[in-house]
Amino acid sequence: MPDVNREERGLQLKEKAFKNTLVIFALLSVVVLLAIFITLLFSSMPSLKALGISFFYNKDWDPVADNFGALPFLLGTLITSFLALIISTPFSIAIALFLGEYYKKGIMAEIFKNMIDLLAGIPSVIYGFWGLFVLVPLVRSLEMKLGVAPYGVGIFTASLVLSIMILPYSVSLSRQVISMMPGHLKEAAYSLGATRLEVITKITIPYTRSGLFAGLLLALGRALGETMAVTMLIGNSHILPTGIFSAGNTMASVIANEFSEATGTVYTSALIEMGLFLFVVVTVINIIGKQVIKRFTA
Amino acid sequence: MYLKKILLPLFILAVLFTSCGGNNSQTAANGKTAGTDKEGIMGAGATFPYPFYSKVFDVYFKEKGIKVNYQSIGSGGGIKQLQNKTVDFGASDAPMSDDELSKSPAPIVHIPTCLGAVIVSYNLPGNPVLKFTPDVLADIFLGKITKWNDQRITSVNPGVQLPDLPVSVVHRSDGSGTTYIFSDYLSKISAAWKAKPGTGKSLDWPVGLGAKGNEGVSGMVKQTPGSIGYVELVYALQNKMPAAQLQNKAGNFVSASLQSTSAAANTGLPADMRVSLTNTDAPDGYPISSFTYLLIYKNQQYDDRTETKAKGTVDLINFVLHDGQQYAKALGYAPLPAEAVNKAEEILKSVTYADKPLE
Repeated sequence: MPDVNREERGLQLKEKAFKNTLVIFALLSVVVLLAIFITLLFSSMPSLKALGISFFYNKDWDPVADNFGALPFLLGTLITSFLALIISTPFSIAIALFLGEYYKKGIMAEIFKNMIDLLAGIPSVIYGFWGLFVLVPLVRSLEMKLGVAPYGVGIFTASLVLSIMILPYSVSLSRQVISMMPGHLKEAAYSLGATRLEVITKITIPYTRSGLFAGLLLALGRALGETMAVTMLIGNSHILPTGIFSAGNTMASVIANEFSEATGTVYTSALIEMGLFLFVVVTVINIIGKQVIKRFTA
Repeated sequence: MYLKKILLPLFILAVLFTSCGGNNSQTAANGKTAGTDKEGIMGAGATFPYPFYSKVFDVYFKEKGIKVNYQSIGSGGGIKQLQNKTVDFGASDAPMSDDELSKSPAPIVHIPTCLGAVIVSYNLPGNPVLKFTPDVLADIFLGKITKWNDQRITSVNPGVQLPDLPVSVVHRSDGSGTTYIFSDYLSKISAAWKAKPGTGKSLDWPVGLGAKGNEGVSGMVKQTPGSIGYVELVYALQNKMPAAQLQNKAGNFVSASLQSTSAAANTGLPADMRVSLTNTDAPDGYPISSFTYLLIYKNQQYDDRTETKAKGTVDLINFVLHDGQQYAKALGYAPLPAEAVNKAEEILKSVTYADKPLE
């Protein structure tokens, strides 16, 4: 009998070891997140002390005079990200419905799915180049027709490229939610004489809206942090944006541009504080998004 | 309860993680200084002279068999690494400020190695060679002159047909020594510029669009009709960009070239060579020129640095000052004029190890 006991204890040990390994890996990711937050917080102390709360509403960013305010960049980040989200949402929901409802199986559907996923794999610098050579001249000719300063680069151009970059994130989640919808709901609607359009607008979209929203939220998170492509297309101007064709700047692109040659304690620390601010903004938007999803589903 | 049980240890772990990071980098730094001669000479700093240095260091390795490891991480990074004593020499485009020198653990000397210049390029129909007086240039970049056919531009460019185009200013978006030299020049010639935005690697630009790197600025200028921007001379020469003739302090209009850049240093140079070469009184000098420097500690005996290592560093810099100069022109850098070489040699002779000069 002792043999069986030993075997059982061995199994139990294995189970325990396995579970603990999983816990360690899960905790590690949380630890890294906290570590990043604490590092940012400590490194931004000098600027927090020197600039205080004015950092968040000051609209000047003057490295020569050590006068730093993040407001233009906060606005730039929010405007580009939400504009990108607005542009990409009709496309992402349409594509998700198309792939989740109409074209579920078959070679064509597979090709479509893979192509859209592939969009996520293109390095952002390539999006930047493409934007610079293709979109900028197009936007410039549009601006000439509208009679605004024909720079070609600016918030609108950056948002256009961002909307393409974030598309695969919302599509892949929305498509899965739509295709996983229980069949009996749709069948019931059809049996009552509903048309396909009615099923989609009255059954599918209401049933899957929390999933669709989660997909958009994921895409928004990606847009807020995007650096390279935005830097190449936004015009990098330290001004409060005056419209969607105005040049601007985002928090991520200012950090990327200026960090490597930043000298002086307050300057470096102000850039890190901006990183901390971006971190907080992204977290807050995520929390709000989660609450909205909860309310939708309840 | 459960939340508390998990969150507290997590927080402690996270703090440990962050503090560990700091300690690790410090030990790594100490390890590097204590390195043996086998790993060669380490340097870090400015990106602008990198092609020149990498050529000269390569020749040095072939002749003397000593490997030089130079990382072009930017002037700011080079200064920081020298201050932390993780490299044998630093490199910077701008001389170190008094503030930076006072924060360094020991006196540092500046040895110029070659010269660079910043040109003003533009995109106009036919790309004529334009002339700019200092006040016109400053007012364009301050946003006070907004049209190309402004009377102030046309009056210094008689015979050139200038279009009725708005002026679009393009500047660097990344922190850069090029911006530093350009703004240093504008601060010298314009009181309004000096008051704001002033001199620096990144500025609060009154007007214009930012683009990353020389390639970004030149790309934007090439794409936008009516634009004006500034790029390094090396980059402009390689890409055959149109460049304006600028009026120097003596009143002559000078086009940017390697000769006119070297000529800008034909002026009274201070003994420590920490000098801005913008707007010098050299009659045929190009007004937006600048030295680029190698930086070393005046007393080479620090930490556990061996005399061989100290000698090797000084010998390398001596090589750059003399044999190295012949490679400058082909790569688009202006070589040092004779007087500057002599003065740099004086500085190198003042570098000591155990109170004895190394040269």
